[in-house]
Amino acid sequence: MPFGLIKYGLSRRYPVTRKFPARPELKPRYDVVIIGAGGHGLATAYYLAKHHGITNVAVVDKGYVGGGNTARNTAIIRSNYLTPEGVRFYDASLRLFRDLSHELDFNIMYSERGHLTLAHTEAALRTSRWRAEVNKHLDVDSEVVSPEEIARIEPTLNLSRDVRYPILGALHHRPGAIARHDAVAWGYAIGAAERGVEIHPNTEVTGILVEGGAATGVETTRGTVRCGCVVQAVAGSSGLLAGMAGFKLPIRSVPLQACVSQPLKPFLDTIVVSGSLHVYISQSARGELVMGGATDPYPLYSTRSTLDFMEGLMGHVLELFPFLGNLKILRQWAGIADMTPDFAPIMGVSPINNYYLDAGWGTWGFKATPACGTYMSDLVATGQVPDMIAPFALERFWRFDQFGERGAASVGH
Amino acid sequence: MKIMPCPLNGPCNISEFVYGGDVVNRPDPTACSDEAWADYVFMEDNAAGIVREWWYHVATAYWFIVERNTVTDEIVRTYSASEIYRPPDSGGTGGGGRF
Repeated sequence: MPFGLIKYGLSRRYPVTRKFPARPELKPRYDVVIIGAGGHGLATAYYLAKHHGITNVAVVDKGYVGGGNTARNTAIIRSNYLTPEGVRFYDASLRLFRDLSHELDFNIMYSERGHLTLAHTEAALRTSRWRAEVNKHLDVDSEVVSPEEIARIEPTLNLSRDVRYPILGALHHRPGAIARHDAVAWGYAIGAAERGVEIHPNTEVTGILVEGGAATGVETTRGTVRCGCVVQAVAGSSGLLAGMAGFKLPIRSVPLQACVSQPLKPFLDTIVVSGSLHVYISQSARGELVMGGATDPYPLYSTRSTLDFMEGLMGHVLELFPFLGNLKILRQWAGIADMTPDFAPIMGVSPINNYYLDAGWGTWGFKATPACGTYMSDLVATGQVPDMIAPFALERFWRFDQFGERGAASVGH
Repeated sequence: MKIMPCPLNGPCNISEFVYGGDVVNRPDPTACSDEAWADYVFMEDNAAGIVREWWYHVATAYWFIVERNTVTDEIVRTYSASEIYRPPDSGGTGGGGRF
């Protein structure tokens, strides 16, 4: 008889420890206002407090904590990118992710699975080889593998030659992992709040105060606050916030849909991605298959999902795993991806002084959460752009100095 | 499926079309500043609300203009590009925008 459970259930003071304090009133002034209480904004707040002792910080969000793209991604963590700057940055993030449960004292359910980027064409095999060489050069474990090796790594994958796009090989990235994306937001939120950061959900920014070319405060639905500086970390609304501050961004906001299946017994060890087939798939700790694909074909600020996307995605999933034909899909949803022309993010300064940008995260934002928080907090604290994020400056577009991460960052282009 | 009312072909599945970006007048690349050219190439309005943009029907290679609400996902109006862009009158300056 579970007496302990009954006692617990009948307890009037239900023993739930409040994760972070109730939302306070907004103060008239903060040292730093971070717009966006998702993974990036909260990680920035956490490291501002932890690394720099800056705690007079308010994180504001129009919705609930972690309710934007942090809640909506397919939670893949990897560093097998193409450019050296990208590999360095994402690998710094992956290494921080490995210890994050320990750092935050909050279980983010980090699970290292290995990651297979399938190549269905000779051109894709060439790019895989290029990525493997850049990765190895920077001490990142990536290897080009043959179909025979793929069969050993992931036996359930359909390696038949009798399909429209047979698998010719793959880029195998052993550090590839998945985590519980919501827990990352909550862990950083708790850690930041414990150190004195204020978190203000349901507080929508309606204007940015700019005086003499510098940001001096924000107007919100709960009042106006002054601040020393502003950080914008609002994936899905980057252009709208930048517009409030008076400048444009090279960003198109496009829906990115995903779905999850009924739980199944564990069969899929690795994270499988196919650029040609526009699909990425992994199996969560709950046994659900988490599946995503390409972005929607036109810009939209709505997280509606479509049957067209589902039909297309399932066709490709079945080419890789034909035995899933009777799979039931439980949920389908979308996030809003801020797509840049070069499939690389924008971090650093903006045309407005004391207004810092964390934007353009497209379909590659979740894996960058710890590194983004670390280096953005360094920027805010010191006013100097750290070397690790200097290549991602907004200013690169005026120099036509684009990144070449299209192949490694996304699928279905 | 989502229907796109094509001015030439009538209502078709939106998957028959390709999105072509905002309707923006191109500055003269030989006369504008580098910054103005980079703004034209890279910077986006990315507006939330009714936008005016190019769309292309792939099968008939037909470019046309769409007014669409990027918040409600509704297509407001579609029309031929000739409503905005007219060839220059012979012997004089053209009306409306120029490519």
